[in-house]
Amino acid sequence: MSQEALEFYVAEHARTIALDTDWLHGLRQSALSNFRRAGFPDTRQEDWRYTDVRPILKRRFVQAGDSGDLAADAGFEGMRFAGLDAHELAFINGHYDKGLSRLGPLPQGVILTSLAEALIKYPQQVKDCLANFPGLDANGFQALNTAFLTHGTLLYVPAGVTVATPVHLIFRSNRQPEPRMAFLRNLIVLGRGASLTVIEDYSGTADAEYMTNVTTCISGGEGASLRHYKLQGESQKSYHIAATHIRQARDCRVESCSIALGGALVRNDITASLDGEGAEVALDGLYMGNGRQHVDNHTWIHHRSPHTTSREEYKGVLNDHARAVFNGKVIVHEHAQKADARQANDNLLLSDNAEIDTKPELEIHADDVKCSHGATIGQLDENMLFYLRSRAVDADTARSLLIFAFADAVVSRIGLRPIRERLEAMILGKLPDSGLIKEFVQ
Amino acid sequence: MSSQPHDVEQLVRQEYKHGFVTDISTDTVPPGLNEDVIRLISARKNEPEWLLEWRLTAYRHWLTMTEPAWAHVHYPKIDFQAISYYSAPKSKKDGPKSLDEVDPKLLETYAKLGIPLQEQKLLAGVAVDAVFDSVSVATTFKEKLAEAGVIFGSFSDAVQNHPELVRQYLGSVVPATDNYFAALNSAVFTDGSFCFIPKNTRCPMELSTYFRINAANTGQFERTLIIAEEGSYVSYLEGCTAPMRDENQLHAAVVELIALDRAQIKYSTVQNWYPGDENGVGGIYNFVTKRGDCRGTGSKISWTQVETGSAITWKYPSCVLRGDDSVGEFYSVAVTNNYQQADTGTKMIHIGRNTRSTIVSKGISAGHAQNSYRGLVRIAKSAEHARNYTQCDSLLMGDRCGAHTFPYIETRNATAVLEHEATTSKIGDDQLFYCMQRGISGEDAVNMIVNGFCKEVFKELPMEFAVEAQKLLGVTLEGAVG
Repeated sequence: MSQEALEFYVAEHARTIALDTDWLHGLRQSALSNFRRAGFPDTRQEDWRYTDVRPILKRRFVQAGDSGDLAADAGFEGMRFAGLDAHELAFINGHYDKGLSRLGPLPQGVILTSLAEALIKYPQQVKDCLANFPGLDANGFQALNTAFLTHGTLLYVPAGVTVATPVHLIFRSNRQPEPRMAFLRNLIVLGRGASLTVIEDYSGTADAEYMTNVTTCISGGEGASLRHYKLQGESQKSYHIAATHIRQARDCRVESCSIALGGALVRNDITASLDGEGAEVALDGLYMGNGRQHVDNHTWIHHRSPHTTSREEYKGVLNDHARAVFNGKVIVHEHAQKADARQANDNLLLSDNAEIDTKPELEIHADDVKCSHGATIGQLDENMLFYLRSRAVDADTARSLLIFAFADAVVSRIGLRPIRERLEAMILGKLPDSGLIKEFVQ
Repeated sequence: MSSQPHDVEQLVRQEYKHGFVTDISTDTVPPGLNEDVIRLISARKNEPEWLLEWRLTAYRHWLTMTEPAWAHVHYPKIDFQAISYYSAPKSKKDGPKSLDEVDPKLLETYAKLGIPLQEQKLLAGVAVDAVFDSVSVATTFKEKLAEAGVIFGSFSDAVQNHPELVRQYLGSVVPATDNYFAALNSAVFTDGSFCFIPKNTRCPMELSTYFRINAANTGQFERTLIIAEEGSYVSYLEGCTAPMRDENQLHAAVVELIALDRAQIKYSTVQNWYPGDENGVGGIYNFVTKRGDCRGTGSKISWTQVETGSAITWKYPSCVLRGDDSVGEFYSVAVTNNYQQADTGTKMIHIGRNTRSTIVSKGISAGHAQNSYRGLVRIAKSAEHARNYTQCDSLLMGDRCGAHTFPYIETRNATAVLEHEATTSKIGDDQLFYCMQRGISGEDAVNMIVNGFCKEVFKELPMEFAVEAQKLLGVTLEGAVG
C-alpha cells in the first residue's frame, strides 16, 4: 500500500508541479528523491509508533486548482474574527484567494503576501528563509511538503518593526467529489527586535474529506518577539499533518499555542531551536478528541545556547474512542549551561474506550541545568466535585464545569479576546453535557 | 567554593576496589556458539531431554533475531562466536558439602568482597547461594530453609531435584523468545538460583546470592527463578562484582519472579560489575531481562536496584500486574562514571483491577557517562482504577556527561490515575554553600547531598545491602539525616 501511495504522489507531483526557476526546481527534486527514499513513516519508527498513517495512504487526494474547486463555502465568512482588526490572508483548498483576503496598511518594509507571489516578487527572501531551515525532508510527509512547495505565505518583518495588527492566515477546505489535498508552506521571518502576532487558522466544511499538509518555518532575530496561535478546527473527516519549525536568535521570545480540536487523524510536529543566549520559548497546547479522532502532538525543544528557557504545557481531553499521543522532548545540548526547561502534560480520559500515550522525554548533555517534566493522566478531582456539589451544583453540571475549566486553562492565556471566545465556544461544542454549563461560562 | 569541582572529581574517581583475579583452574569450553555447544552444556549439567529441547528452540529462534539498537548506548558489535559459554571451577567435581571443602581461594575472594559467608552461619542472618562463574559452589542454611519447606539452591540442583517445578514455571514470565538477549540466555544459561516458597510461608531469612564473573572471555548467563506460592513472602538479595579485565565481557541474565495470590517478593540488587577503566576500556556488558509476574490477587513484587557498575547496563526489571489488587514497585539508583553507559528503567503492565505501581528512579551521571531512564507504564483496558506514580530524578556531575529520560505512558482506561514527574539538576552551588558555611567540608557536603538524593531508594534496601550501597557511593546515609 505504501509503495502504491508513493507512486501516486510522485505522479501527482509530475502532473501539478511545473518546472520552475533553477534553485526551486533543484530543491523540489531533491525533496522528491528524499521522499522516494524515505517513503511514508510506519509504526515501526519510534516517532510514529502510536500513529498509523495507513488511512491517509489508502486515500487518493489530489491537488486543487481545477476550475470550480477554489470557491469558498458558506462557512468561510464565519472564520473572520468579528471584533478583531487583523490582516487576513485567505486560502481555499490550499490556494491563495486575493478577493477574500483583506490586508490593511502595513508598516514600512513589511512583506505579507502569498508564497506563490513571493516566489516571483521576493525570491531572495524566500530563498534566505528556506536556507535557514535545512533538512526539512526527513520524513515522507515533510519531504512531500517541500517537493510540492508552491502555496502558503511569506511574512517578513524587518528589524525594529512592530506589526501591531495581528496577521490572520485563514485556511479553508471544502467538500469535493474527489478529496483535495493542500500543501502549504508558511515562512515567517522576524528581524532584530521585530514584533508580531500571527494566527494560523484551519477549518473545513463539516464532514468534508481532505488533507492538509502544512509546514511553518519561523525565524526570530535577536530580541524579536512573536506570538503564534495555531487553531486547528478541521472537519471531523479530514487529515491534518503539520510541522512547525522555530529558530530563535539571542534574546528572542516566542509564544506558540497550538489548539487541536478537529480532524480525523492529526499530527503536529513542533521543533523549537533556542540558538542564541537568552532565547525563550513557551509552547502551549490543547487537544480534544471525540468520536474516533486521533491526535498526535510531537514537540522537540533544543537548548543550544546558555541561559535559554523553555516552558511547555499541553493538556488533553479525550472522549469516546478518541486517542491522543503526546511526545515532548527537551534536548539540552553540550555547553547550553543554565538552561531552564519545564514541561507538563495533563490528560483527562472521559471514556473507557479513549486512549492516551504520553512520552515526556529529557535528553541532557550539560550539567548546570534545571529541567523537569511531569505528566498526569486521570479523572476529575473528587474534592473539587464535592466542593461544587456541596454548593448545590448537580453532579453532571459540576463534572462538565470542571472539564471545561481544565481545557480552558490553556485557552484563557490567549491574549486576544475574540480568539478566546471562539475557542471557548468550540470547546463547549466538544464537551458532553455542555448545555448545562453554558450559563456559567458565557 | 573553588574546591568544589575538585571534590566532586575525587568522589567520582574512586577506583574499582574489587579488581583481582582468582587463580584457580577452570574447566572452560572453547569459544563459539552452535547447537553442539548447547548440547554439551546440557550434557555436562545432566539435564533432562525437555530442557535441551527448550534450549535448542530458543537458540534457533535467537538465530532469526537481530540485536536491538534502540537503547541509548553505543558499543562495538559483540562477536558471539568469540565467547566461551561454559566455565566451571574444577573443584566442583567433588561437590563441596560444607564451607570447609570449598577452595580456600574462593573464600578469600568472597572475603575481599566482604561477603559474610562464614560469619553468616554464626550471625544466622543470610543464607548465601554463591555463584562463582557458572556453578554454584557453596550453599548455606539449606537445612533451616528446608524445615520451612523453602527450596533454595542453584538452578542446576533444582533441575535435578525438582524438575516438575522448573518445567512448570521456566519461561512462563520471560519466554525463551522474549528478546534477543533473553533468547541467548535461554539457549546457553549455565546456572543461577532457584527459589520456591510454599503456601503461607514466610521465608525465615533473607536469601542472598553473589554473582561474580571471573574467568576471562566467559560470558555469564545465569537464570534465576523465584516462585512464591499463595500467601508467602520472600526477600531476595543479589549482589554482583567482577574482577578487572580488559576485554568487554557479556553478561546476559534472565530473572523470573512469580507471585501467586497474596504472595510478596522483594528483590534487591547491588550491581557492581567492573565498569571499565577511566578511558572506557573494558568492563561488563550487562544486558539483563528481569520480569516479575503478579499472577495472583493481591500479590506484590518489589524491585530495588543499586546499579553502580558495568560498562553498559541494559536492564528493565518489570512487573506484570495480572492479578486484581496487585502491586508493583521499582526503586532504582543508577550511578555512571567515566565512559559508563546505562539505559535502565522499568515496565509496569497493569492488567488486573485496582493494580498499583510506584516507580522511583535516581540517576547520577559523572565524567563522560550517559545515564538514561527508560520506562513503560501501560494501563490495559481491563485495569479499572489502576494507579501509578513515577518519579525519576537525575543528578549531573560534570559537563560532559548526559542524563536522559524516556518514559512511555500508555493508558486505555478512563479510571486510571497516573502521575509522572522527572527533574534533572546538578548539585546546587547554594546547597553546597549552605553546608560549607556551617563548617562541613566540600566533599562531605557533596556526599550528604548525593545521599539525600538517593535516600528514598536506599531505605527500601535490606539493611545488609543498604550498608554496601552506601560504601559503593562513598557516602554515608547517616550524614544525610543529620
